[in-house]
Amino acid sequence: MTNNWRDIGVSDCVFICGSNTAENHPIAFKWILRAKDKGAKIISVDPRFTRTSARADIFAPMRAGTDIAFLSGMIKYILDNDIIQKDYVVNYTNAAFIVGPKYDFKDGLFSGYNPDKRSYDKSLWAFEKDDKGIPKKDPTLQNERCVYQLLKKHYSRYDLDAVSSVTGTPKEDLVRVYEAYGATGKPDKVGTMLYAMGWTQHTVGTQNIRAASMIQLLLGNVGLAGGGVNALRGESNVQGITDQALLYHIIPGYIPNLRASDETVAKYNEKTPKTTDPMSVNWWGNRPKYLASFLKSMYGDSAVKDNDLAYGWLPKLDDTQNASWMFMFDEMLKGNFSGFICLGMNPACSSPNANKARESLARLDWIVAMDLFESETTNFWMGPGIDATKVKTEVFLLPAASHIEKEGSLSDSGRMAQWRNKATEPLGESKADGQIVHELYMKVKALYVKEGGKFPDPILKLKWDYAKDGKMDFHAAAKEINGYFLEDITEHPVDKKAYKKGTLVPSFVYLLADGRTSCGNWLYSGSYTEAGNMMARRDRSDTTGINLFPKWAWCWPVNRRVLYNRASVDLKGNPWDPKRAVIKWEIGADGKGKWVGDVPDGPAPPMGLEGGKLPFIMKPDGVGSLFGPGLAEGPFPEHYEPLECPIDKNPMSSQRINPTVALFQEYVHTTCDPRYPFVATTYRVTEHWQTGLMTRYQSSLIETEPQMFVELSEELAALRGIRNGGRVRVSSPRGQVEAVAVVTKRFKPLRVAGQTIHQIGLPWCYGWLVPKDGGESANLLTPTIGDANTVIPEYKAFLANIEKLPEETPARKGR
Amino acid sequence: MKVLTRRDFLKISGSTAAGLTVSQLGFDLTPVKAYAAELTDFRIKDAKETTTVCPYCSVGCGQIVHTVKGKFVNIEGDPDQPTSEGTFCAKGASVFELVTNPNRLTKVMYRAPYGTKWQVKSWDWALNEIAKRIKKSRDTSFAEHNAKGQVVNRCSGIAAIGSAHINNEEGWLYQKFLRSLGLVYIEHEARL
Repeated sequence: MTNNWRDIGVSDCVFICGSNTAENHPIAFKWILRAKDKGAKIISVDPRFTRTSARADIFAPMRAGTDIAFLSGMIKYILDNDIIQKDYVVNYTNAAFIVGPKYDFKDGLFSGYNPDKRSYDKSLWAFEKDDKGIPKKDPTLQNERCVYQLLKKHYSRYDLDAVSSVTGTPKEDLVRVYEAYGATGKPDKVGTMLYAMGWTQHTVGTQNIRAASMIQLLLGNVGLAGGGVNALRGESNVQGITDQALLYHIIPGYIPNLRASDETVAKYNEKTPKTTDPMSVNWWGNRPKYLASFLKSMYGDSAVKDNDLAYGWLPKLDDTQNASWMFMFDEMLKGNFSGFICLGMNPACSSPNANKARESLARLDWIVAMDLFESETTNFWMGPGIDATKVKTEVFLLPAASHIEKEGSLSDSGRMAQWRNKATEPLGESKADGQIVHELYMKVKALYVKEGGKFPDPILKLKWDYAKDGKMDFHAAAKEINGYFLEDITEHPVDKKAYKKGTLVPSFVYLLADGRTSCGNWLYSGSYTEAGNMMARRDRSDTTGINLFPKWAWCWPVNRRVLYNRASVDLKGNPWDPKRAVIKWEIGADGKGKWVGDVPDGPAPPMGLEGGKLPFIMKPDGVGSLFGPGLAEGPFPEHYEPLECPIDKNPMSSQRINPTVALFQEYVHTTCDPRYPFVATTYRVTEHWQTGLMTRYQSSLIETEPQMFVELSEELAALRGIRNGGRVRVSSPRGQVEAVAVVTKRFKPLRVAGQTIHQIGLPWCYGWLVPKDGGESANLLTPTIGDANTVIPEYKAFLANIEKLPEETPARKGR
Repeated sequence: MKVLTRRDFLKISGSTAAGLTVSQLGFDLTPVKAYAAELTDFRIKDAKETTTVCPYCSVGCGQIVHTVKGKFVNIEGDPDQPTSEGTFCAKGASVFELVTNPNRLTKVMYRAPYGTKWQVKSWDWALNEIAKRIKKSRDTSFAEHNAKGQVVNRCSGIAAIGSAHINNEEGWLYQKFLRSLGLVYIEHEARL
């Protein structure tokens, strides 16, 4: 989230698409209702009328996988009616930038496409630059190659007829939504956009979110209280663990992972984002400090100048290698891994095309799993249709402690890190995951000490001094993440003050690129300082009026509660909306100006004053990107059909699907396949969580949501002779599940490209192991395909069939 | 009339302070206080309070765990936590049953190749055996160079996943351990 949960309560308009907040984030939903109580409009756009829709002022149905068309129509509406926040757009976005002459767009393709590589030469989309290397601009927005004009041209095609034909949303509903949300373009009106997996889990997921971000920039809603682009994340610490980089493509703090061509630290640092614009802060220009400090946190005294801070000990990916989830399981299926460490996950139910994941597990020699319970993954060898005596895989299942049995921090969706205290000892012989990792490391290290082995230095010389008497001290780890001064510093370049060796750095501003500081994750620098554990703070005082609660726990970065908050003020530093100021530039008694309010995005004055800086400090150009030349599929979001779609042609162009997605070999093409005529989507229910492993063992939750079901419209039920409560089979080319039919008015057939489209929806929280006869995972149906940038799987839109089962058929497990 | 928030209610009903009158609150709390006192006496009298955060979604709801002599006896919403203000959803309310669940793993389990059953093992045995597997897989798959001859120093024979519900410190240590082994196939729920 750019903002935070409580911030939603001060919004004028809450646009919810790709999220069913009421059911999946029930406690946060009250902040939406509080906004509504104060007069805010609530908008719900969803293939299904959910409990969120039930509390909304406006509900608009849509076909799953057509969000870009829906949002593109809104962009056109905003531009046609000229309801942009003009001062914001001209000064704080790249609307005025001139795009080079090689940029073009024709029939679904941008210039520079290579069909063999399924990728673009993005250099064709570059801005024109002046002799100082700064993009040329036309603040009047009249130049025909300025971003604003190109934007107008690109989205001119998304008129109400075209959008309605793609999305299936009735035109009057489109207008109601566009009008209500477009009203937040006034400087003193703010709208927020909330999304979740309903936007990310598509072949165009990243561009869904870009389209939303563009709307927020056009309306001047980014950086303001009650605004922003807000991902409602699904797991208690998915924000924190993403920050800590348990992902192939980054190391902690969103620093790109090392590639084979990045031979040395110096070579790596050549890629540091640069700017020649003196008005741009370009915060990523500090990246070399964060890399050096990370290396010191990894290798301590063994990371020295002579070995390039032990940079060579970190593993490197090949330059174009993609090691993300679906590629990982592809490799596993080919037998290319002998070992698999599975910490608290259940890929046998959560992977797309879950049968493939289950098959892949059998190709491993060994699995080490850590969990609270047995799962469909740990027990895959006794799963349906599997003969255990033919499965070679050894499984070590280690009992993990629950959250109340250990201490440490976790980061909520609003980036707020709160400290968990330990209430009891772990149950039985279970241990905290971090304790298990510690003990495993010590055993592996001991083996390398004793026997030697391949390239042992990274293991033997790893800095690992977090345990006392064999017990992991999580405060020591938290301090390592915060960072230390490793030498006495007599005059720090930042504030000319002295800092003692061994003390904690106050924030990442103090990190150095020369090895004199350590820091496990620069974003968390400031979370545990000489002043104490900031994440454990419990001070409820809040005088901000916008629910910042600045002294409750701690928020990255540097306790900033609203990101991009420099965009919440005008060029002189006055809040666009004084009623809910995030920050404000005030002149003190000494005649000097300073920021008051939230921690600002850097101390520099507002951009209109002397020494002022541009507001979007993480972007080299210093402004928000209406034109985004960095993503795989092009600088403007464009509608492409989901990989599996019910119409044979994309109504917007000749490119049916995203031209840059990676195609996996075993994919079976089912577009317009009469065997699988219905659009299917997946979701969660309040009572279960993810694959259900932490909810299917509780009687209270199983009593409320006992078994697999599928929701379908009354019209489709009539078409297929299905009764409410009857048993049905849902199938795709990859698998099938049996379910109870829930015939409901919540789904309605839609008119898409002149034909009637039916949609069905399934939860994915069940599995064969528990409860008995509760049904199987909906992911037996979902396809192996993902977003072109992130490779997040397209769980949210695929094709399936639904058929009635004979009434007497007992519930059986899917397969 | 004063609006009585849940937070006020929890504080008032949990207190034994006398003197709250009908006029202060606008209605009589005497029976509620009596009920609350009864609960307090029986359930969490003398219990130690420890604050934590719910393990499910990312709203970050505060929880107060009550323990008596180290035993988990009760869990309630933390009224001070500014987002959740003492409330839970159905999942948050199931945490007592989650933590005390009879199906929870309490011992190390092992499934041998081609085995049909779990066997109970000791931690020491398991960690020693796992360390041997990790070392063997790493040493046999470790590549100092890639096909182009570039230095990569990576272990391509082991993949690792998880987890978005461990603490930050645990996650950071886990990535440190995995990267020290040379792993590049590292993923978690954020990709799904």
